[in-house]
Amino acid sequence: MSKDHKDRELPDRSEDDKRAFKRELTDVVPHLRAFARGLCGRPDMADDLVQETLLKAWAAQERFEPGTSMRAWTFVILRNAYLTDMRRNRFRGDYDDNVAERILIAPAGQEEPLHLSDLHRALLTLPPERREALLLVGAGGFSYEEAANICRCAVGTIKSRVGRARAALSSMIEEGDIPDRSIHDPSAHRAILEELDDVAAGRGKAEATR
Amino acid sequence: MKIVKEGTKKDADWATGLKRLYDSVVEEPMPDSFKHLLSKLDDEQKR
Repeated sequence: MSKDHKDRELPDRSEDDKRAFKRELTDVVPHLRAFARGLCGRPDMADDLVQETLLKAWAAQERFEPGTSMRAWTFVILRNAYLTDMRRNRFRGDYDDNVAERILIAPAGQEEPLHLSDLHRALLTLPPERREALLLVGAGGFSYEEAANICRCAVGTIKSRVGRARAALSSMIEEGDIPDRSIHDPSAHRAILEELDDVAAGRGKAEATR
Repeated sequence: MKIVKEGTKKDADWATGLKRLYDSVVEEPMPDSFKHLLSKLDDEQKR
């Protein structure tokens, strides 16, 4: 693993570098909030997660390489914090209807507007590694390569996760069948935690479980 | 295997929706709690 380079010589940061870091970190906050909201569903918990991410990013700022993507770098931190918190049972995939309910997708000529709340609920029923892959590529606009770097997996794995997530969402939405997997079903919750163990261990076995 | 064509329109709908979900949060004004946190980081830097 490449994450522990504690002995690596880190370049001294100038005051300009530090100011630039702070500016970039500030700029990326809205994206962190959006990613976190997509991951864990509840705005208050998502914002807690972002605050945790900002503190960790600040503490680790010397590890950030100026000129690289602050968004990608902080997303890795956020993702790791999310996985840790999730395994501690902090997030239960709760969902706040009020946030998305007021927004409808109603493209011109569309007869049956798709509720964003349905979409978000459907998203939250996906296994976490597929959800994050879809969020990164489909919502965050990351390339497959960037998403693979963030998730520490192969590009092919990300492509496969995005493909499966898309297929699952399409099918749920087309059939109007959005399972309430994440909120009230204890066995489903246990399954999610088991998947998270796999994700956290880098095994990525969850791919074949659903 | 499902024929992708059938779902294309719906796919496009929710793909747009996913982006809108994300963008709707990105476009929210930054809550004060974040402004406070960021300014505290500044204080720490000055120490």
